[in-house]
Amino acid sequence: MTEFLVAYGIPLAIIVAQSLALIVAILLVTAYVLLADRKVWAAVQLRRGPNVVGAFGLLQSFADLLKFVFKEIIVPAGANKGVFLIAPLVTVTLALSGWAVIPLDAKMVISDINVGILYIFAISSLGVYGVIMAGWASNSKYPFISALRAAAQMVSYEVSIGFVIVCVLMTAGSLNLSDIVEAQKTIWYFIPHLPMFAIFFISALAETNRPPFDLVEAESELVAGFMVEYSSTAYMMFMLGEYVSILLMCAMTTILFLGGWLPPIDIAPFNMVPGVIWFLLKLFLVFFMFAMVKAFVPRYRYDQLMRLGWKVFLPFSLFWVVLTAGVLVGFDLV
Amino acid sequence: MIATAIAFYLFAAITVASGFMVIAARNPVHSVLFLILAFFNAAALFVLMGAEFLALILVIVYVGAVAVLFLFVVMMLDVDFSELREGFLQYLPVGALVGIILLIELLLVLGGWLISPEAAGVAAAPTPAITDVDNTRALGRIVYTQYVYLFQAAGMILLVAMIGAIVLTLRHKPNVKRQVIRDQVARTREQAVENRKVEPGQGL
Repeated sequence: MTEFLVAYGIPLAIIVAQSLALIVAILLVTAYVLLADRKVWAAVQLRRGPNVVGAFGLLQSFADLLKFVFKEIIVPAGANKGVFLIAPLVTVTLALSGWAVIPLDAKMVISDINVGILYIFAISSLGVYGVIMAGWASNSKYPFISALRAAAQMVSYEVSIGFVIVCVLMTAGSLNLSDIVEAQKTIWYFIPHLPMFAIFFISALAETNRPPFDLVEAESELVAGFMVEYSSTAYMMFMLGEYVSILLMCAMTTILFLGGWLPPIDIAPFNMVPGVIWFLLKLFLVFFMFAMVKAFVPRYRYDQLMRLGWKVFLPFSLFWVVLTAGVLVGFDLV
Repeated sequence: MIATAIAFYLFAAITVASGFMVIAARNPVHSVLFLILAFFNAAALFVLMGAEFLALILVIVYVGAVAVLFLFVVMMLDVDFSELREGFLQYLPVGALVGIILLIELLLVLGGWLISPEAAGVAAAPTPAITDVDNTRALGRIVYTQYVYLFQAAGMILLVAMIGAIVLTLRHKPNVKRQVIRDQVARTREQAVENRKVEPGQGL
């Protein structure tokens, strides 16, 4: 028995401790990223944004948390109760579990699996279930339409994300996220793969239902989409899941195109800064772009969204896959 | 070893139980959700066997895409549950027959795999050690060299099926207004906006 505990108990305890530390860190970052999102949005519209709770509104997210948690969860009478309550849990769990393979620095990763990029792709493609289950279980018209939209939209943009990922992993020659970052020592991939960087960024917006692609919860058409019937903690979990998966997409952009934890130039003042700092700086830069897009791009029309995904991004990224493969083989870079 | 065994029995039990719930659940949407659970646990079993690439492809393709479309269709079906249950006994013999035939065929295939000398030869073919080359690379080496024609043929069949489905369902109704993005983008300000001087009390 002691042998068993030594063989499995200690590694398990280490993994649990690491995961808890990461989750707490992510939740704290999410709280401030949410505030930053609102502040950026307000600044673009020449407002002040949240500035009452704490200095500069720094405690606003925690006040919101308390407010949500202390309210009553209302389950509609006609709702499918089990699925209705599982849906927000699915959203949050999937969003958080994607972070298990994200390398924050060299060797600073919970699970350094050799198909890390496929794992993230798989986890982010499951995110649609939270929305569909919520929309269906609410047994109400707006959420249902929102669920149908989400299913079509997220599946469509996954396809182009998949091709972008294929381009990057062909260039890096590995599916391991740490190896992909190490492969960018010579050049960050957003320079050779600039069009793919743009496509990935836009597809990430669509995949996480951010404006201008927030057709799923478009307030002018669907009230609040799949979240119409949700209140208190359940609603908060959707918001949390949304922001954590946005952060995950920012981390993906950082790792695939912006060289992860690598410093911009590998000389004295830059490479003395810890890799985590660089990683976070890049992450926040990408998130700032997410926030700015939300602030000044108007919402897409649904048919244009579908057209962009299937008729523009898909053929172009497919072409880029072929081109990348051709260049790699032709110049013997494999 | 014990931890692997515990994990295996856990995932296997959930797979079988959710497989059973797929046919036992009254609500078809619940059936699809249980199907997704079954897929997911099957992927976990693949991981336990060391086939992490197959596991994640299973999740991406079946759970991430196919099951979403299943769910999409099933949610929109207007099924009368009582009517469905009435026909249960009527179709039971046919269903049981199909099930038994499938079971026998599976047993024959697996039995043949164990007995026949050719299959033993294929099974004994040198597979690279997992320490030398990871799964993804090993699979790529085989699929794109030895089986490249079969791989291409499978791709062609899927392409034909996709085009066939589009041809069968795509209809342009004559009196429905369509969005032509090209024309909309090509429109200039002069074509779209007109300024008129309106006299007070006259109207246009």
